[in-house]
Amino acid sequence: MKKFIILVVFLIGITSFAQNKNAKASIEVDGVCMQCKARIEKASITTKGVKSAVWNVDTHELKLIYDENKTNLKTIQSNIAKAGHDTNEIIATDEAYNSVSPCCKYRDEQVVNEHKN
Amino acid sequence: MKYLLTILIWFPIISFSQEKITGMIMETNKENKHIGLAGANLYWLNTTVGTVTNVDGKFTLDYKKEYSKLIISYVGFKTDTLTITEPKMVHHWLQSMDNLDEVTINSRKLATAKSYLQAGNTFTVSSDELLKAACCNLSESFETNPSIDVNFADAISGTKQIKMLGLTSPYILITTENIPSIRGASQAFGLSFIPGTWVESIQITKGAGSVVNGYESIAGQINTEIVKPSTDDKFFVNAYGSVNGRLELNTHINTKVSDKWSTGLYLHGNMRETKFDKNGDSFLDMPLQKQINVLNRWQYTNQEKGFVSFLNFKFLNDEKQTGQVDFNPKTDKLTTNFLGSEINTKRYEVSGKLGYVNPEIPWQSVGVQTAFSSHKQDSYFGLRQYDITQNSLYANAIYNSIISDSRHKIKTGISYTYDHYDEFLDVQNLDSNYKRTENSIGAFFEYNFDNLEKISLTAGIRVDHHNLLGTFITPRLHVRYTPWQKSALRASFGRGKRSANIFAENQNIFSTSRNINILNSNGTIYGLNPEIAWNYGVSFLQGFNLFGKKADITLDYYITDFKNQVVVDFENPQEVNFYNLNGKSYAKSFQAEFNYNAFKHFDLRTAYKFYNVQTQYNVGKLEKPLTPKHRLFANASYETQKQDTGNQWKFDLTYNWIGNQRFSSTVSSPAMYQLPDRTPTISTLNAQITKVFSKTFEVYLGGENITNVKQPNPIVSANNPFGANFDTTFVYGPIFGSMYYAGLRLKIE
Repeated sequence: MKKFIILVVFLIGITSFAQNKNAKASIEVDGVCMQCKARIEKASITTKGVKSAVWNVDTHELKLIYDENKTNLKTIQSNIAKAGHDTNEIIATDEAYNSVSPCCKYRDEQVVNEHKN
Repeated sequence: MKYLLTILIWFPIISFSQEKITGMIMETNKENKHIGLAGANLYWLNTTVGTVTNVDGKFTLDYKKEYSKLIISYVGFKTDTLTITEPKMVHHWLQSMDNLDEVTINSRKLATAKSYLQAGNTFTVSSDELLKAACCNLSESFETNPSIDVNFADAISGTKQIKMLGLTSPYILITTENIPSIRGASQAFGLSFIPGTWVESIQITKGAGSVVNGYESIAGQINTEIVKPSTDDKFFVNAYGSVNGRLELNTHINTKVSDKWSTGLYLHGNMRETKFDKNGDSFLDMPLQKQINVLNRWQYTNQEKGFVSFLNFKFLNDEKQTGQVDFNPKTDKLTTNFLGSEINTKRYEVSGKLGYVNPEIPWQSVGVQTAFSSHKQDSYFGLRQYDITQNSLYANAIYNSIISDSRHKIKTGISYTYDHYDEFLDVQNLDSNYKRTENSIGAFFEYNFDNLEKISLTAGIRVDHHNLLGTFITPRLHVRYTPWQKSALRASFGRGKRSANIFAENQNIFSTSRNINILNSNGTIYGLNPEIAWNYGVSFLQGFNLFGKKADITLDYYITDFKNQVVVDFENPQEVNFYNLNGKSYAKSFQAEFNYNAFKHFDLRTAYKFYNVQTQYNVGKLEKPLTPKHRLFANASYETQKQDTGNQWKFDLTYNWIGNQRFSSTVSSPAMYQLPDRTPTISTLNAQITKVFSKTFEVYLGGENITNVKQPNPIVSANNPFGANFDTTFVYGPIFGSMYYAGLRLKIE
């Protein structure tokens, strides 16, 4: 029993560590331009609990800081997908993807290539 | 059993809290394509923890805090070591061994940038822009900028004054790395005490500005960032010489002392020892001068812990001699043999900055700035003597954070200022000594909202308690709204309050025969009251494509409305009177600016400016003297394609047209000394050619005022300098005529 309590206490410690108010995560989000950046960051930050979202147009890396008590990566990713951008776990629906402006059609090879210049 | 179950329930959480890094390793290629490298090796330095990338070049690797160096290697490629301080995604390009030497980065940075997003009407000038007019110090750095008007040097000091929204520099808060620097005793010549090569970039904010840097700004703020030891060239030399006898030498030496410390030593010297009197009025067209200016900076950067710190030590010695050509200070100082003047300035500055950004929570940061300066000017103008000493202390602490998320940012903090002024005058009917101590303590709060789309706003308020200005509140607001693409509609308002240093800011009054009078005596500063003004403005920026090339147009309208002003009244040619405003005083300014990137590497910038600056003088409401109503500005620059070696030509042309300006009244002067009501119009043309030979060496050749425009008779009663009508304050145009210069820059990165 004693061992059990120690274990629980130990695990609670970890749990509260896991329920970080300033949890950091980095996920890959597809996009091509500064308009995508604005859309991705907006979709992230308007998710309640997200405190900071910075997307890098070159690496496609989205750096997130969020309150784990209020949200989780799934919710954030699904909001990004709703805005039309694929993340490594959730792919945006075609309907959502079609809503992004022509400049942001990151699934179109031609658009992607145009942005490389 | 129960026991095991508990573990199993918690297990996913444990594994969730265990940290991993993921990412992709790619092969460098010219098109920057994401070509994954399959089978690349990754491992943490001094551990056995490692992995190999999959077919797509992707990988996942365990991460612990103790791990910091990630080694990435692949046969035939250069092995790289990355410093990893947090679990994050790693995208890394490995370089193939056979094209190691080919990697060059070419991009064209715009020399000036207007933000579509910021709430304030801020204009950033990069060092590239500053090179367009290669001379010499901060006051001349604005020649190619339509937002700031650079006036012609007055007949005595040779220093160019700047104006913004039709108001002179005392109404602009001029900061160096956000520490108020050009104020009080240094107001008149301070801009010439910052050498142009020291300047990394300039931020110009029109209108009220931020509350963070104090309550003094009225027309706007100009912040200068000085070059940093860690990013400036290792070694830099700039030599400059002009046909008007000016020689300059700038040297920068930067070294990395250790992992975290860098230091830079910046030396500036300039001199003019040749006397010129092209217009034959027996007065020097520009002063003889000598300046030694030394800055030593220490920079500490610790990115892992989030600390950045700067320590700066500055020393300046500046000597000027002006007046009649035959004046010899040794024999003629303070005599009526010849009229002459000397202005000698010594200044020491020590400043420090400490910034901390929480590496875990990047929006949380704390900054502390302190600066101490001692400024001493000894001078005489003919028979009049003026000495000023100012000792200043400035301290400011700022805390940055967010409310709920990064759309809502806050800045809050406290500041303290101390100024002691000690002035000695030997001028008839003025006291011989003016001493005063000013100190203030204040607290500020600024809220910034950005909805990441159409709206952003910055609202700030500060409360200050000042021993002479009292306790007062300074509110400031900037709003930006984007009605449609590539546009920004901005509005701002704010209040500013300051004590006018009437002598230091108006030193030209000493080189006249005018009687100097202060008409009020109840106030706390020279018997005068503090100056208070409100500034309101709107601005609209629209970017568009014209014949397939980028263009933008800006329309600005600003009003500065003085509640109190220390009026400087030149309307009686025998007197200068200082008194508190009794009635209205305002400056209304309109600016239309059009910028066009007409073809590749060619930029055109044009502006029309209208100023209506009126003040209630004792004789009635009048247009401010020597302030043109209309101005035109055009700047064209062209660069050839930059070669891989750095080889390049750069051409730059600046045109200014200045409408007529009102002379202060001279009706009561004898007929021979009377001036017309208004000045003629003036137009000037400056040009510069730069040839870049390589990344380390370039030369430039330029001309100022190449159409050789001159103001005839800039000095009234030059032939009788000790007579009752002698006056050097009626300068509206160039005195010297055309001037050519050449220089070189040598830099080792």
